[in-house]
Amino acid sequence: MSAEQGTQGAAEAPSGGIKSRHKRFLWIIFGLAFFAAIVALVLNAFGSSITYFYSPTQVMNNEVPQGRAFRVGGMVEGGSVVRAGDGLTVHFKVTDTAETVAVVYTGILPDLFAEEKGVVAQGRLDDHGVFQATQVLAKHDENYVAPEVQAALDEAHKTRAAQTLAQ
Amino acid sequence: MKKKLLLLIPLLVFFVLAGFFVAGLGLNPREIPSPLIGKPAPAFLLPDLNAPEKMVTEKDFLGQVWLLNVWASWCVSCKTEHPSLAELARTNEVSIVGMLYRDKPENGSEWLRQHGDPYTASIADANGSVGIDFGVIGTPETFLIDKQGIIRYKQTGPINEEVLNKKIIPMIKELKQQ
Amino acid sequence: MIPEIGQFALVLAALLMVVQGTLPLVGASKGISAWMTLSRRTAQGAFFFLALALGCLIYSFIVNDFSVLNVANNSNTKLPVIYRIAASWGSHEGSILMWVFMLGLWSCAVSIFSKHLPEEMTARVLGVMGLVTTGLLFFLLLTSNPFDRIFPVPLEGRDLNPLLQDIGMILHPPMLYMGYVGFSVAFAFAIAALLGGRLDATWARWSRPWTTLAWCFLTVGILIGSWWAYYELGWGGWWFWDPVENASLMPWLVGTALIHSLAVTEKRGTFKVWTVLLAICTFSLSLLGTFLVRSGVLTSVHAFATDPQRGMFILTFLALVIGGSLALFAFRAPKVGTAGTFKIISRESALLANNVLLTVACGTVLLGTLYPLFLDALKLGKISVGPPYFEAVFVPLMAPLVFLMGVGAVARWKESTLPDLWARLRWAAVITLVAAVALPFILGRTSPTSVALLALGFAMAFWIVTASLAGFFDRVKHVEGGFREKLARQPRSFWGMFAAHIGVAVFIIGVTVVKGFEAERDVRMMPGDTVSVGGYTFRFESIEDRSGPNYHATRGTFELSKDGKAIRKLYPEKRVYFAHGMPMTEAAIDSGFFGDRYVSLGEPINDGKQSWSARVYHKPFVTWIWYGSLLMTLGGLLAISDRRYRVSARRETAKPSLSPLEPAKLEKA
Repeated sequence: MSAEQGTQGAAEAPSGGIKSRHKRFLWIIFGLAFFAAIVALVLNAFGSSITYFYSPTQVMNNEVPQGRAFRVGGMVEGGSVVRAGDGLTVHFKVTDTAETVAVVYTGILPDLFAEEKGVVAQGRLDDHGVFQATQVLAKHDENYVAPEVQAALDEAHKTRAAQTLAQ
Repeated sequence: MKKKLLLLIPLLVFFVLAGFFVAGLGLNPREIPSPLIGKPAPAFLLPDLNAPEKMVTEKDFLGQVWLLNVWASWCVSCKTEHPSLAELARTNEVSIVGMLYRDKPENGSEWLRQHGDPYTASIADANGSVGIDFGVIGTPETFLIDKQGIIRYKQTGPINEEVLNKKIIPMIKELKQQ
Repeated sequence: MIPEIGQFALVLAALLMVVQGTLPLVGASKGISAWMTLSRRTAQGAFFFLALALGCLIYSFIVNDFSVLNVANNSNTKLPVIYRIAASWGSHEGSILMWVFMLGLWSCAVSIFSKHLPEEMTARVLGVMGLVTTGLLFFLLLTSNPFDRIFPVPLEGRDLNPLLQDIGMILHPPMLYMGYVGFSVAFAFAIAALLGGRLDATWARWSRPWTTLAWCFLTVGILIGSWWAYYELGWGGWWFWDPVENASLMPWLVGTALIHSLAVTEKRGTFKVWTVLLAICTFSLSLLGTFLVRSGVLTSVHAFATDPQRGMFILTFLALVIGGSLALFAFRAPKVGTAGTFKIISRESALLANNVLLTVACGTVLLGTLYPLFLDALKLGKISVGPPYFEAVFVPLMAPLVFLMGVGAVARWKESTLPDLWARLRWAAVITLVAAVALPFILGRTSPTSVALLALGFAMAFWIVTASLAGFFDRVKHVEGGFREKLARQPRSFWGMFAAHIGVAVFIIGVTVVKGFEAERDVRMMPGDTVSVGGYTFRFESIEDRSGPNYHATRGTFELSKDGKAIRKLYPEKRVYFAHGMPMTEAAIDSGFFGDRYVSLGEPINDGKQSWSARVYHKPFVTWIWYGSLLMTLGGLLAISDRRYRVSARRETAKPSLSPLEPAKLEKA
């Protein structure tokens, strides 16, 4: 179930055959080296392929990493979807009800993409503050909202409520 | 002895995982309570759907337990929860206020004519500004508000038989006795 | 009435299972024969009631009994009958009933085909399975009753999720569940062995065919799921590293390790502790998969309606089953002791190393799948782990695994030497090297990364094939007679291994070529336009409206041609299902032995010229991914049909007069 168990097996099972202390020591070294290699492999892979998720509010507050891909999620703002002349490039706005982010995507949108529905876009911000999406995900049915989207909306609402109280 | 300890590793790994699963269940998005629960319902002043010149406010319902159901004619799952609302309306246990959300009033009236009107009162939030105050992210959403105007419960997504019988009706009964 | 019969049948099955989970286990430890023999009766009785319950549910779906909540939520009068049947296991409640039904089926099968086992063993195995079934039956009855009624009765149901209205959905869940649940037999055998304190070669031989059969079902289940996602989701991918897919891959990886480890335990008597741990882990991961999908702890494309209360119930159940069995393992396994020795260079070593690699691979998949959950629980932010992680980890682990697969095929048990291995494998190595270096260039690739990836893929595939052949010639060298006779003399278990390993090679070729040569284009087309991809030309001819039984479709007509010669017409559709108002893309695929041509419609473009956005693919050799998986399954089935199992079963049923009180005698049989 985990990497530790794996190495444990490697170090342990042949012990029936290898009696001497010296060989056992070698096996332990080998096991540790194997374990280290796996950890390095996993960390390296994680480093390059984890995408953080941000809400439009966080994007507008500049809390997002520069020059690195991330995900932004919220609802597609009603009436914001505009198709460019080539028919494949789509402009739309993602909102968490507090802030909105402009998104551009070229390609075919998923079936479930619709205005007033949840959406998650992956890509990066360009110099003009427009989110250049490489992937658009719309995974929901009529009574399901992606949890990230839900959390972003809840968060925006909380801040809004706090602001109202402060005024 | 050393070997015995090694054999315990799988069990320990599982316990760690199980701990995270318990935490993960708590993180379930559906259970994230609305920040509004236990707080007064946001103030609003909206036109009556059936009589646009009449304005309705949350103060009209002080002193009674009521449900605020946020819906729209374009919302598919509002249709699925409609029978449950109609059933609740028949019991006359509670006032149900329907708030038409981001929709044209005429579409809403037409929809109610077609499917039947379960609401004690209907209001129209055409541009969705009140909906935002209530933290509405989609339709349908339903808020249960007590006699003092405090939000007691929020249902995200359609109300079904189970939610109605196991959560909403018992809570209404309890709130009414207070 | 019918739903009530189903409900009643479930209650009766639960009662029988409570009996099966207790008395036989107590009987086995106290030596009460009557209590032990009880297990067979209860297993068969419970199976009858579970089948009855499932039948009642299917019946309710067929006759559109919308007074049953489950039917009202997942079916519709306009839904074709075949999908109404499939809808019985499309919902959460129905799928859990399916799970339990299959547990009943496997228990019943064990009770029938275990006549040659000592009574004590059968009682323990069935007792453990009874406990597992009891837990799931209570879960079903208490939190997800499939027969719950609603009032007032709706006139029309909500319809089944359009994604699930497909032949893939009819086959995928039952196959997958047969696999998941089948590992409960291996699990039960392992627990029974730990309880009885007897872990030996006979134990391994008994549980081997069951485990392999479950593995075959799981392989087919994953294969159908992958194929379904490929043509139904319309994204052209065959594996998305989605949490739910990972949930089925993890038991497969550990299950694969398990069938190999069992082979060593049976043949050489070693690896016992490791085998038991793998058996426990495989079933635990199957249960975990169910938990992950059903509790909503992780998000995925399989957006089932989720419920934390159910999640808590399954989690408690998991804690009892997995925690309990791992605790039992920790305290009883040391008593089992190790036996059999082998040197570092031997077949055992190769198999052990591969076991470790498979387990580690599973561990990394588990980590990648759960990492977002960990970070979220520790309030470190919301993240998603993408396919690049899994690919970056998986490939480096699979390369040595494949290398050892080849070595293991020729290495001798107990002790081998490097010069000996080299002598057997040098031709394989030479052919592999030449193929890996030459093929990418022959196929016209020059960029370093693409050549390197292709070379690695081809090297792995050719190595498996050539080393398997080397192993085969090694085997037949000493068999007398002509070539035909030599072939015929090999046992089926050998052919099973051979086919499964070749299947892995075919699979790798499919993945390598499709990764290296697939071509995809998103285009805007109006009738008359053409687009070329991978040497094929798609011509958009027309678009028209069409009505289905429960949906409305817009259907495009495309002509597929190559070098100016028309091949066939393709009809991709965009459907809108009435009940949900949900749009669905139905891709059109021209599938062939050497790959697929794939077209799907995007959206209409309002320019007054009937333009549409469309996506076209050329996917060379993608079909080999599924051919390879089928070969693996075939291999598993061949191994089960080996003479050894049939003969031992027959020999032992021929003398049923042996009293159950003499298990020692039977053990040697």
